Amino acid sequence: MSTQELTYLFVGLSFALYIGIAIYSRAGSTSDFYVAGKGVNPIANGMATAADWMSAASFISMAGLIAFMGKDGSVYLMGWTGGYVLLALLLAPYLRKFGQFTVPDFIGTRYYSKTARLVAVLCLIFVSFTYVAGQMRGVGIVFSRFLEIDIDQGVIFGMIIVFFYAVLGGMKGITYTQVAQYCVLIFAYLVPAIFISILITGNPIPQLGFGDTLVNSEVYLLDKLDQVTVDLGFTAYTENIKSNIDIFCITAALMFGTAGLPHVIVRFFTVPKVSDARKSAGYALVFIALLYTTAPAVGSFARMNFIDSVQDSKYIDAPSWFKNWEGVGLIAWNDKNADGLIRYEAGNTFKDGRPKFIDAIGPSSERLTSNISDNSNGNEIYIDRDIMVLANPEIANLPGWVIALVAAGGLAAALSTAAGLLLVISSSISHDLLKKTFKPNITEKQELLYARISAAIAILIAGLFGIYPPGFVAQVVAFAFGLAASTIFPALLLGIFTKSINKEGAISGMLSGLLFTSIYIVYFKFINPELNHSENWMLGISPEGIGFIGMLLNFLTSILVSRFFQSPSEEIVELIDRVRLP
Amino acid sequence: MSNRLSNAYWKSNLKILLSLLSIWFIVSFGFGILWSDQLDLIQIGGFKLGFWFAQQGSIYIFVILIFAYIHLMNRLDKKYKKSIEQEIDKN
Repeated sequence: MSTQELTYLFVGLSFALYIGIAIYSRAGSTSDFYVAGKGVNPIANGMATAADWMSAASFISMAGLIAFMGKDGSVYLMGWTGGYVLLALLLAPYLRKFGQFTVPDFIGTRYYSKTARLVAVLCLIFVSFTYVAGQMRGVGIVFSRFLEIDIDQGVIFGMIIVFFYAVLGGMKGITYTQVAQYCVLIFAYLVPAIFISILITGNPIPQLGFGDTLVNSEVYLLDKLDQVTVDLGFTAYTENIKSNIDIFCITAALMFGTAGLPHVIVRFFTVPKVSDARKSAGYALVFIALLYTTAPAVGSFARMNFIDSVQDSKYIDAPSWFKNWEGVGLIAWNDKNADGLIRYEAGNTFKDGRPKFIDAIGPSSERLTSNISDNSNGNEIYIDRDIMVLANPEIANLPGWVIALVAAGGLAAALSTAAGLLLVISSSISHDLLKKTFKPNITEKQELLYARISAAIAILIAGLFGIYPPGFVAQVVAFAFGLAASTIFPALLLGIFTKSINKEGAISGMLSGLLFTSIYIVYFKFINPELNHSENWMLGISPEGIGFIGMLLNFLTSILVSRFFQSPSEEIVELIDRVRLP
Repeated sequence: MSNRLSNAYWKSNLKILLSLLSIWFIVSFGFGILWSDQLDLIQIGGFKLGFWFAQQGSIYIFVILIFAYIHLMNRLDKKYKKSIEQEIDKN
């Protein structure tokens, strides 16, 4: 069978499995729909949480980012796993004990205020939609490259699948589908990583392989990579480019943001007991760590292989993956010196960013662009970092079924996260906005219907994001984490660990974090992107890391403002006491 | 449940959190970022130590931390349950 047919087969089988599970585990009550009836086994919940958490960004983009960022890529590795420790230790057990359905539920009850609940819903919806847009782009990339159908059709297909199990099954359907999706995605990630590790270093364990010597040589892979990257004009692979304070703040913003992400927090509402919430956070991190410790190995292999396979080779002899991805528009070659050879080194290929392809081919039959060539350096390659994981098996000449597996894994990662996000969006609308705020008299049956309707609408909007991807997807990711860190996380933490913070404190804290972080990001990312350099940043902190400062500001504001208003009532203090006990 | 007991429980809980989170901070922000360049002077196999902590070691330790937390909290829960029972017996 050809790679193409195998891909159809693998993707088709995995989709059939997801739908089967969804039909088998339909939701009958709001409790089923929101929190899977609180009856999920901790190991299953750990897998579901891992699949929920590991998005298209983790599966498709992260290793590629690390491949090109080198040591700076550690911000993602530490940020996205370290946040888990915070979540497991500081939030999950207490929120499970509180025992409601949604994150705004806790904020609204603890701060005895509908305004606080609404602010939380606002942040939650913004954070979740930002995230969904990224997943849909991932789905689009996989479909267009591997199944060679239109991105539009691919996204619509993905929407139908998610619609099926999210709308029918709610949290219950999603949980069991995510367990299956975790198995698919981790298998799809590890198999090519192991193959490539053996090819490059002879060591079958990627985590050790990237600290090992190259096959038939005494030279360590990372030393070789350092030397090659320096020779090509880059910073050495194992050294930082960004300043320490920026790395510190980005890592912190990602960590605290992770701990404040509603779709992950809500997973801990689904287990039977508080001790199960702790346990399932532990399992979840084991399952996540399996992928996250492999990713940096994959990153270093990918960079090495990429340089080896294209550097100074003739374009006409370039490997098929190179031309395939050029066909999709995610690789471009700009033959600056017209010698027909591919030259890769430090510096921009084009002065104006992404390639804008025109309908013409050049002397070596490469696709031409209308971009302005940047002739201050010799780099002729534009490569979208998102393709490294997907292209890696092809670059390493692995068999067709491995490539097909990676396609199915990428889809599993994107769909599982999208479903989790759509669920928190729909429950925050049907539960927090309607039931708890505007229409308190609806019955459970009506609430369930509203939950399904809002899930369906959310899927439609997410699909539109996928078909007409807003150019700002990459920019708004900083937003999602920054906002989660500067609004939701402090409100939850203070709500559990202090008794003195009152509703005025919490609301003004969330608003100050929200305003400060958004203004900083909007200023540098949208209003004045040309000023977005370290010399203009506050204290040298990039917009990606500013959420950390926003979080500190939130804490400070909450504590100060709370002093001027009445302390929470006896009832709230009792609630906090109750939440603190197991 | 007596207030004295729940206060004692909460205090032990905070102590566990504080000690685990200091390790969390030291391995990631400490070894992985702030002192990473100094640790990079030490090389084990193909890994510079600071680089290893930033891309591998911190993650392994995070996993261990959560399991240590599960273990310590389960022990605390048990001990606390016992004390409550004793309290009831006394009365």
